[in-house]
Amino acid sequence: MSDDAVVVAVVAGHGRFAEGLVSAVEQITGRGAAFATLSNSGLAPADIERALLERLDSSGARVIFTDLPAGSCTMAARRVQRARPDVVLVTGANVSALMEFLFSAVSPLDTPVGGLVDVAALAQSAAAKGRETLVASGGTPT
Amino acid sequence: MSLLLHRIDDRLIHGQVVVGWGQPLGLRFIVLVDDDVAASDWEQELYRMGVPPDVEVYFHAVRDMATAIDHYDRDVRPGLLLVGSVDTMRRLVDVAPSIRSVNIGGVHHAEGRVQRMRYVFLTPDEEVSLRALEARGLAITAQDVPSTRPVSLADVLAGKPDA
Repeated sequence: MSDDAVVVAVVAGHGRFAEGLVSAVEQITGRGAAFATLSNSGLAPADIERALLERLDSSGARVIFTDLPAGSCTMAARRVQRARPDVVLVTGANVSALMEFLFSAVSPLDTPVGGLVDVAALAQSAAAKGRETLVASGGTPT
Repeated sequence: MSLLLHRIDDRLIHGQVVVGWGQPLGLRFIVLVDDDVAASDWEQELYRMGVPPDVEVYFHAVRDMATAIDHYDRDVRPGLLLVGSVDTMRRLVDVAPSIRSVNIGGVHHAEGRVQRMRYVFLTPDEEVSLRALEARGLAITAQDVPSTRPVSLADVLAGKPDA
């Protein structure tokens, strides 16, 4: 993976949530660098908002994936959206959602498809994929 | 039941509050006291989005609490009171002296603050305010989530390591 790989989204959450998810994506796809990460650990709300903006601005990405709908990263992302309505927020992110988004947002040649596609629609599809893969099974009483 | 926790948390409503405390306490309402949030419909909607549908959120400016606190103290449901800063809590206790305990849940890094714990950074003025509240007989402890040990104000200010 080249260092200048296209960053397609920011992943933010509690503890090492973002780092962990992205390391899983990296192991599966070899393309972990496609995501910028952020942990809320030790950060005040204004710092989280600033860090999100910094990652969006430096990467050109317009999508933020977070963990809890009520988490501080989600709240900060909603504040970012107030000033930047073009930013898309996906809460409850999981590995499947990130991979779906990665493969739909980036062409095989690492060329951003941005501008040619509707990023919000891609994020919707990624969220749908994430929901679809969240399945409980087993536990039949013996 | 009434108000089970009076918390200072600069993130206000977020995961630790809604899930971390909300689940074990069986929270049914949150009283969010903040002058700025109380004056902004947009801010209120933002925080409402963060709570499950079975938890009510009430927004108040500090001055409203002089009369409103009694209503919440008598509420039969389990509730949590939330402010975003030490200064707001100090002003709140002035108008709502029925508050006898304070939970420091999260005061994060900012200009002029010194780190005391992983999630507690305080300015000298904030330290003075907390000591003054304790001197008035309030029980003041730091505890981010229920599974950690509450840390006394003396230990917080001494910069004791996290539990």
